[in-house]
Amino acid sequence: MTADLPAPERPTPRTNWFARLAHPGTFMAWSRPVVLPLAVLTALAMAAGLWFAFFASPADYQMGETVRIMYVHVPNAWLSQLVYGVMAVAALGSLVWRHPLADVAARAAAPLGAAFTALALYTGALWGRPTWGTFWEWDGRMTSTLVLLFIYLGIIALWRAFDDQGRAARIVAVVTLVGALDIPVIRFSVDWWNTLHQPASVLVEGGPRMPSAILTPLLVMVGAFTLLYATLQIVAMRTEILTRRAEALSRQAAQGAR
Amino acid sequence: MSAFLAVIARDLRLAARLGGDVLTLVLFFVMVGAVVPFAIGPDGPVLARLAPAIVWIAAFLAMLLGLDRLFRADADDGALLVFRHAALPLGAIVAAKLVAHWLLTALPLLVASPLLALLLGMDGTAWGRTVLALVAGTPALSAFGTVGAAATVSLKRGGLLAPVLILPLALPVLIFGVGVTAAPPGSSAALLFLCALSLVAVAFCPFAAALALRLSED
Repeated sequence: MTADLPAPERPTPRTNWFARLAHPGTFMAWSRPVVLPLAVLTALAMAAGLWFAFFASPADYQMGETVRIMYVHVPNAWLSQLVYGVMAVAALGSLVWRHPLADVAARAAAPLGAAFTALALYTGALWGRPTWGTFWEWDGRMTSTLVLLFIYLGIIALWRAFDDQGRAARIVAVVTLVGALDIPVIRFSVDWWNTLHQPASVLVEGGPRMPSAILTPLLVMVGAFTLLYATLQIVAMRTEILTRRAEALSRQAAQGAR
Repeated sequence: MSAFLAVIARDLRLAARLGGDVLTLVLFFVMVGAVVPFAIGPDGPVLARLAPAIVWIAAFLAMLLGLDRLFRADADDGALLVFRHAALPLGAIVAAKLVAHWLLTALPLLVASPLLALLLGMDGTAWGRTVLALVAGTPALSAFGTVGAAATVSLKRGGLLAPVLILPLALPVLIFGVGVTAAPPGSSAALLFLCALSLVAVAFCPFAAALALRLSED
């Protein structure tokens, strides 16, 4: 009965450059020679940034030498948000295209994001002690960063709860996207809550009005940390892919032995 | 529409025939509220000042800790599989479950809230504002809850994971909910934000939860 039906037209698989780069096998091939140069570049940028931060930038006239904590603190805070953005894009990749590499990228990004967020909070506390006189203040940005850390940890817990990684990836993707929509609301509500309770904010709003002597090392350090994240992300993805292959191999071996 | 109502009626009937769950939840809510005075001392004015916050935390915990039950029984007895192949879209079924969940968890808490208000020494206006805030905010809690419950339904040990996942996401509800009672008279900004949050969450979350349910089956 089905014989006289015309064969369904199969769409020819479009092999654009991105699809080719994103195939796990191809990814393993092209990422291998990339890791070392990227690590060297990160080390160079980090060294340059630290030299700028420690020797080539002035101490603040109010905060003194402690202003140098900023050069570590701000890049971590920036990455805490960038990594969530990467996770949200990867989540779209998992849900829309069901791409295995997007799953791997999201899984690798979650602990990195949690680490950068924790470091942002930690360096912020170290900076807050000498300048504000307290390790922790229920300030708007600090509070929403803490909530962001909770969200990262919840997502990591969800990843770890599943045995089947393919299913985990798609369910975590749904939660990640709900979180991505919710994070601006959380940020807004925390700011609103904070102004309700303590109108005078302790944070000095002076971002864009920085002198270039401070801005240059800050930008170099932001670049260095972003490179560090890129390196760690690729290494973590390679590790994840290899782990999955090893698991698949041991499963095959177990089935063969039976 | 009749299918939508049938899903709600089914959940209400199940809860009525099995019994116990609603009463346990109310008991938990009242106990959390009643335990706070033991922790901070029998100081009347302090308790009265903290009372709206205590009621909110008790409601927040009572609603989040019971999340696991939202789809668990349906997953265990196979009803979820039937729902997936029903004529009614899965998103609508989740919305119906959301309404039933609100009726079975938030409404009993509202009914029990005068008892807690009495224990904590709230006056009439503070209680009225807290109830108003709970009416406006608890639909959002239920809606966020459907996503958490749907994401963890295929896990055998998902019990505490859904609350941990949803608690940070539901934080705005708590902030605006307490803001309603703390706001100066005449200011309705917090209440309006809370209503907006509930409306958006109720409109959006069932689709996300339905997607998660569909993904956790295959």
